[in-house]
Amino acid sequence: MGRVLLVVAVLVLATGLGLWWRARNGRFTAVDPRVVEDAEHTPTTGDDTRLTAAEIGAPLGSRVTFVQMSSAVCTPCRRTHAVLAQVAAEHEGVSHVELDVEEHLDLVRRFHVMRTPTTLLVDAHGVVVGRLSGATDRRHALAALASRPDGSRPDGSCPDGVLPR
Amino acid sequence: MPEPVPSTATPSTATPSTSPLTPAGIDPRGPRFGAALTAVLLVGVLLLGTSAAATALLAVVAASFALGVAFGVGGTWQGWLFRRFVRPRLAPPTELEDPRPPRFAQLVGLVVTGVGLLLGALGVAVAVPVAAAFALVAAFLNAVFGLCLGCELYLLGVRLRARA
Repeated sequence: MGRVLLVVAVLVLATGLGLWWRARNGRFTAVDPRVVEDAEHTPTTGDDTRLTAAEIGAPLGSRVTFVQMSSAVCTPCRRTHAVLAQVAAEHEGVSHVELDVEEHLDLVRRFHVMRTPTTLLVDAHGVVVGRLSGATDRRHALAALASRPDGSRPDGSCPDGVLPR
Repeated sequence: MPEPVPSTATPSTATPSTSPLTPAGIDPRGPRFGAALTAVLLVGVLLLGTSAAATALLAVVAASFALGVAFGVGGTWQGWLFRRFVRPRLAPPTELEDPRPPRFAQLVGLVVTGVGLLLGALGVAVAVPVAAAFALVAAFLNAVFGLCLGCELYLLGVRLRARA
């Protein structure tokens, strides 16, 4: 009897884990707007708030860039690639870059990437404005895009008069 | 569920893709079917407690994982059953899967069950059901939710290896 209860307990635990995993998987999380605001006005590189075109090996999109980090042992990465490539093709100024984590361990550490796929959403100035952790479907990708309507700050200017370099 | 996509994803315009070339794909339902069978065996291990029969059954599961590591998921007896009896009754797959991710998951299963067997052989009897419980959670998540262990664990392994 105790063993049957053990099996039931393990399966209930696994179901709970599975539901939790599925609900969170691929969801877009925006970076705190204050952090983004600071990063826009502080032209530092090499920290976890910005990425440069050189670091990802491709030009940044004029609105946003999806920087997808993938690994070879990851089937959902292929699906995510197809979704993001399509969204990029359909929207002006949106670009998509896929990086292999094994070749970019520096970025993996810098941006605290723990699983694949993890996709960073980067604005036109290279500031990381959010991330999608886990397999991303079209709904998630469009939600991420909706968070940056025109790729610049809401008022389109720099209040402090400091231009991002 | 995401919409079905062709196995060769179209790269974005002006986007360099470093995605590795995909080897011949496998039907993704195969590994999930195999994981379901493995989960049933692991339930059996838990029901047998700390008896010799439990150890023997866990050894069968570990041997199946070893086959999967050596020959890929298609090379296991679960893979054979899927091809012989299940796949002929299913519609063709809407997408194919790279064989490497499920193979990595087999390696994780082999390590977990192998450690359980090793500790069991060294006299830590409780290690057998504990290992079976961990492997059962993983196999259940794979079979029911399609969770890809390789995606969740592989990068952590790479990070640890790079630090060493």
